Amino acid sequence: MSLESIIAEAERLAFDLEFQGVKRWKEAAPGRRAIGYMPVYAPREVIHAAGMLPVGIFGGGDRIEIIRGDACFQSYICHIPRSTVELALSGRLGCLDGMLFPSTCDVIRNLSGMWKILLPGFYARYLDLPQNFDRRVGGRFHRTELLALASDLALLGGAPVTEETLRASIALYNENRRRVRALFDLRRRSPHLAPAVEAYLLLRAGCVVPVEDHNRMLDAYLEAAGAGDRPALDNCRVVLRGAFCETPPLALLRTIERAGCDIVDDDLVLVSRWIRDDVPEAGDPFEALAHAYLERSVANACRYAGEEEKGADLVAAVRQAGAEGVIFAAPSFCDPALLDQPMLVAALERAGIPYTAFKYSEDTGQFQPIREQAGTFADSIKLWSQP
Amino acid sequence: MTRERAAKEPSMVRQKELIAGHYRRLARAREAGEAVVYTFVPGNLTELLLSFGAAAVLPEINALQSGMRGKSADYIARAEKAGHSEDVCTYVKCDLGMSLAGNVGPTGEPIPRPDLLLLSYTGCFTFMKWFELLRQQYHCPVAMLHVPYVWNGEVTPGMIAYVVDQIRSEVLPALEKATGRRFDEADLSRRLALSARAEDDLVWVLESARNRPSPIDAYFGGVYYIGPMFSAFRGTEEGAAYYGALRGEVQERLQAGRGPITPEGPMEEERFRLVVEGPPNWTSFREFWKMFYDEGAVVVASTYTKVGGLYDTGFRHDPGAPLESLARYCLGCYTNLNLPSRVDLLERYVRDYAADGFLINSVKSCNSFSAGQLVMLRELERRTGIAGGFIESDLVDPRYFSASNIKTRLESYLQMIAQKRLEAHHPPAAAAEGRAS
Ligand code: SF4
Ligand code: SF4
Repeated sequence: MSLESIIAEAERLAFDLEFQGVKRWKEAAPGRRAIGYMPVYAPREVIHAAGMLPVGIFGGGDRIEIIRGDACFQSYICHIPRSTVELALSGRLGCLDGMLFPSTCDVIRNLSGMWKILLPGFYARYLDLPQNFDRRVGGRFHRTELLALASDLALLGGAPVTEETLRASIALYNENRRRVRALFDLRRRSPHLAPAVEAYLLLRAGCVVPVEDHNRMLDAYLEAAGAGDRPALDNCRVVLRGAFCETPPLALLRTIERAGCDIVDDDLVLVSRWIRDDVPEAGDPFEALAHAYLERSVANACRYAGEEEKGADLVAAVRQAGAEGVIFAAPSFCDPALLDQPMLVAALERAGIPYTAFKYSEDTGQFQPIREQAGTFADSIKLWSQP
Repeated sequence: MTRERAAKEPSMVRQKELIAGHYRRLARAREAGEAVVYTFVPGNLTELLLSFGAAAVLPEINALQSGMRGKSADYIARAEKAGHSEDVCTYVKCDLGMSLAGNVGPTGEPIPRPDLLLLSYTGCFTFMKWFELLRQQYHCPVAMLHVPYVWNGEVTPGMIAYVVDQIRSEVLPALEKATGRRFDEADLSRRLALSARAEDDLVWVLESARNRPSPIDAYFGGVYYIGPMFSAFRGTEEGAAYYGALRGEVQERLQAGRGPITPEGPMEEERFRLVVEGPPNWTSFREFWKMFYDEGAVVVASTYTKVGGLYDTGFRHDPGAPLESLARYCLGCYTNLNLPSRVDLLERYVRDYAADGFLINSVKSCNSFSAGQLVMLRELERRTGIAGGFIESDLVDPRYFSASNIKTRLESYLQMIAQKRLEAHHPPAAAAEGRAS
């Protein structure tokens, strides 16, 4: 497959708000079920082990007209819940047999209850991820939650999740994580060969197709992109942070790149690499997943920092990526991203790393101010880095 | 009655003394060798802190006090200048701004630095960020107590075990370290018995609003009644005595058939009985209250008075099972309930308190309260057959309190209730005549 066709396919899948691919997957065999999940993290392995398709729901972006969703939220609440409600109330999520709402923030938390009110009878589960990282405490709690999820999925018509099937799913997702890490390595090494927009599309597409298909898609992309001869640009290298839930429009990412910034690391579609490395494939797989969550998760605003130094992870990511600055791009009214930002800023200031910050909405259509801001930032970085 | 000389119930005066005494204790905590623990109102473990001899600082209470004293606008501006977004909860910014301004408390005395941040992570995401921010500022230990969300309307044994495990493995060791004292379970149990006594009295007071006229306002007056219970006085003799006295005072009014005391004296005629969901606005608290009592509107039940503990559905602290009881308490706080449970509670209030209507005050700061309130409103309307009212403001950011907007909305809501009442008693034609006369 050519690079262009891989990207075109990824874009088609990523923004198919009718979820045709999910419908086709379900129709291909009787009794197939699909379970939606919202950002920021969901244990997709458990859904997969139940023989179900995990489907990432990232709102409607800038591709949906909001008719009913706005009536459900006040103006000072971010945009993703209203477009997600729109998807649900317009019937577009009819192909789903259930929805998981992870403990990302109070908006997604409350959305789980709204779901119960607006769509009675629809399986909506809030997924309380542990904020205690002791194996005997948070680990035990999380393992119990995973087991409860597995038995709920069985009630919804999924296959019983056995140790064996869960181990097999973990192995498949480990392969996926390896490929995603390879994608990020390529971006860091040669951002001109694997631009942020393409990586984003691939990861979004991976949230609506079976993991086996996504692994093949990533292989094809890594091969085609790695062998590509796209020219390197004289861009500065930046890390993007804050966009882990409501996603910016594609045009916004393109705007940043065109303004002279190679985004060499970001926190978009974090579910694809929330667990930093492989989940052990031996032993009790529920425990393995639970412990991986405790000990191998990325640092993120939705996860309590515990004893970790706030921002240390971001500084390390900047160093690892050889980046010259950070762009904070947070959705308007996003408590997690915006409350976290001053702490991350302090860490960057201590480390002498330049940054700039702006807010967006998933349906924003105004890119000129961002183009100017990102362009100025890129220019100033180049100026600073001159001997 | 002038603004300066607001009428007060004796309990309000007593409460003011209690709170002032607490701030005095805080100001002297260092000299007295007392450990200072910052914690949050929902899921506060006051009895446990007291059993360790620790003094509690509740940053939300500082923020609301700053709001009432007209200081919050300046504090918020300082925090925003220091890089905090205008989009986020103003309680946090008010608190951070207060500390930037020297951390002087509402009584003019300094608030001491924390020896421990007890992050009772109950019902609000912002709490986590708030104490992460404070940890950066004070470089002190944090004990995280993650209280699971009661997402399906049911407290499970796994949830209780998780909270109890954390109290044992995180909270107790952190308190032992901060105070240099050993955990004394007998003292905790003794305090929980005092709490339960006060809780009985508080529930009696809140439920007195079922009477007509209601002897209390369960929102504007209610926030005073919950003060000692939600802050540093649960599990104390003073707290228990306060609630005993409060109950006596309300009982007297009830027997005399009198309504609530407003800042302008006893409320004359009870014309409207309302249930209110959402926190009040603190920067214009008196003005906000006046809009209600001027119209004869009394709040007979509110959800805000349940954020620091939900007692009127039967929960009491239990000296026989101290840690489990603390866990159950945390799990049951109002903002830790899912939206359907919140609607159930509101529906129950509308019916049990024979309310004429319900009103949501949606505050910009608080996603925990506010996200989903429009859906709650419609669901409640569907279930009760009563149209609800919706107003918007903020807790401590005066920029979001538009008195004229709120007044207009409230007045038209009350007019609508009056009109419906009239139509129910008279056919529309007769009602029209009545208006014309
Ligand atoms: S964008 Fe932010 S506030 Fe909105 S749902 Fe996502 S995490 Fe929550
Ligand atoms: S978000 Fe709401 S509950 Fe949380 S601190 Fe702010 S006002 Fe309090």
